[in-house]
Amino acid sequence: MNRILLTGAYWIALFMIMSVSIASAAAQDQRGLEIALESDTRDSGFVNYTVDLKMLLRSRGGKERVRELRLKILEVEQDGDKSLAVFETPRDVKGTAFLSYSHKTEDDEQWLYLPALKRVKRIASRNRSSPFMGSEFSYEDMASQEVEKFTYKWLRDEALNGMDSFVIERYPVDKKNSGYERQVVWIDKDQYRTQKIDFYGRKNSSLLKTLTIGPYRQFEKKFWKPLQFNMVNHQTGKSTILKFADYRFGVDLDERDFTKNSLLRAR
Amino acid sequence: MNVISRKTVFSGRAESWTASFLAAVLLVLLGPGLSIAGELTGWILTESRFFPSEPAHQDQARNSTSLALQPDFYNRFDGGSGITLVPFYRYDNVDPERTHFDIREMNYNLVLDDIEFRIGIGKVFWGATEFVHLVDVVNQTDLVENLDGEDKLGQPMVQLIVPFYWGTLDLFVLPSFRERTFPGKEGRFRGSIPVDTDGARYEHPDEERHVDIAARLSGTVGILDLGLSWFRGTGREPTFLPGNAPDGSAILIPFYEQIEQSSVDLQAVAGEWLWKLETLWRSGQDGSFTALAGGVEYTFSGVFESRLDLGIITEYTYDSRGSDSTSAFQDDIMLGLRLGLNDFAGTELLFGYIHDADLGSRVIRLEGSRRVGDSMKLAMEAGVFLDIDPADVLYDLRNDDYLSVMLSYFI
Repeated sequence: MNRILLTGAYWIALFMIMSVSIASAAAQDQRGLEIALESDTRDSGFVNYTVDLKMLLRSRGGKERVRELRLKILEVEQDGDKSLAVFETPRDVKGTAFLSYSHKTEDDEQWLYLPALKRVKRIASRNRSSPFMGSEFSYEDMASQEVEKFTYKWLRDEALNGMDSFVIERYPVDKKNSGYERQVVWIDKDQYRTQKIDFYGRKNSSLLKTLTIGPYRQFEKKFWKPLQFNMVNHQTGKSTILKFADYRFGVDLDERDFTKNSLLRAR
Repeated sequence: MNVISRKTVFSGRAESWTASFLAAVLLVLLGPGLSIAGELTGWILTESRFFPSEPAHQDQARNSTSLALQPDFYNRFDGGSGITLVPFYRYDNVDPERTHFDIREMNYNLVLDDIEFRIGIGKVFWGATEFVHLVDVVNQTDLVENLDGEDKLGQPMVQLIVPFYWGTLDLFVLPSFRERTFPGKEGRFRGSIPVDTDGARYEHPDEERHVDIAARLSGTVGILDLGLSWFRGTGREPTFLPGNAPDGSAILIPFYEQIEQSSVDLQAVAGEWLWKLETLWRSGQDGSFTALAGGVEYTFSGVFESRLDLGIITEYTYDSRGSDSTSAFQDDIMLGLRLGLNDFAGTELLFGYIHDADLGSRVIRLEGSRRVGDSMKLAMEAGVFLDIDPADVLYDLRNDDYLSVMLSYFI
């Protein structure tokens, strides 16, 4: 009798604990998504901009290589951004251009322009985990970070470098083609800007890379844009710094500047 | 001004077009009193070619060294219009035919609100496949540069570009013809009888002044990148007539016929797979024929838990003329491997294997390149010809296994 009662109580207790944890897990997911959405909302409405990007690739031994690109970004309503990257250096790839239409749920569309051949080549966008130009950034790190490309979970709130921050975890929807199992993201509570990301691999869930972002600068009294990204690869000791300079908003750019034909004169 | 320069400075017909275009471009550049504040880029390279086997044909040299340069001047105007000037020169120490000058580009690109013009000497690329470029018919092949035919001569053109919502319509008027370059008698990669490029003949009485026309509709529809092209004019690929040089030795005389060609090129993305197809219908050259090239490319990223990318390409080419085809790839299976190390130096290796399913001939090609410092690049290329059937167009190249080493400096 006692035993039956005890067993019954045990099951009831277990059920209650599970319900609570399921409910709280759902609440955590919801909160994580809300934070990501708010961060995305605050970063939208810019219409278009151009920016110069300098990549500093550093080996474990401290050897440094520089790559320079010019970026053009066009906001697309209800879909991912369109972007055009044109290489300035290294000089052997000068004029090479990379056109990308990012999408919220479907595969991104990407084209590469090879100036020596005058050839525009469609490329498969699923090879997301490949390094971008020999750097520690992969194609998926460089791509537009659409909210729909991840699922979320709020972990905790904590201070990061003196800033009150949300700490959320995000998981790639396209698990097969991502280089990561999960990413832990620090977003400041004040302006919802991503401050830091830890990238975890699928193998042993080990910490692969850490990206720290900042400082940020506000443009047009609205948009907070980063001036620097610093990616450290914990596995190899190599690192890559991205420096953004000369942001220009509201420039004379429209759909016609993001076509295959426009690549032919992108230089 | 055009007329004067045409008559006094240049005597050849092709050169007269070059002169008129130069004059036109200069007028555009200097006419409105625009300042020249363009950018100068380009490259200079040395190439050494080694041939381990004795040459198959008389007079052919063993090894060669050459120096080539291609400065690239570009000036952009407000609104996206721009002017481009890209001269090219190569000096080769054994083959005077490979020592040559060309204007790769010299054009004015006028960008208006809804249309665009490109006027002058230009270069365009049509196509989708990797091993052969069947439908790419606008620019003539600069064959002395490389056996792969990827180097092209500048083509005088007036190009009208009409963008629309899913693509572009391009209309071309090509007012003068460029002859294909061929290795001289000292050069490797030639037939047993050298080609006499000074005595080219034409089917059309207008010869190299025949005005060719072309149109192309290209764009992206979902997963498809599609191009529909049409060309009418002097065929870029000559047939050959037997002849004799002044000293009585046998030569081949290139004969350029009038052709009409329609073609389709398309590429489809399906996840990690890229499907590619080029097909053409050509009439002219002794009746009509069809040719096709198609295949698939797949890339593995991060192979062996590393930073490496490995791309695999397989393609098949077909020509309905069979063994009468002017193409060496009338029934061939091709396999390519592309390995990218994704390192600082951008090291890349390409392996290509071509198997003639009809005749059994095989060609292996290896290419490699890596950056040296920030502005130099070291590249190598090797080719091996195996079991080349005497009936194969490639039979004349049976002893031309080679290794080429190139060092480029980028301005």
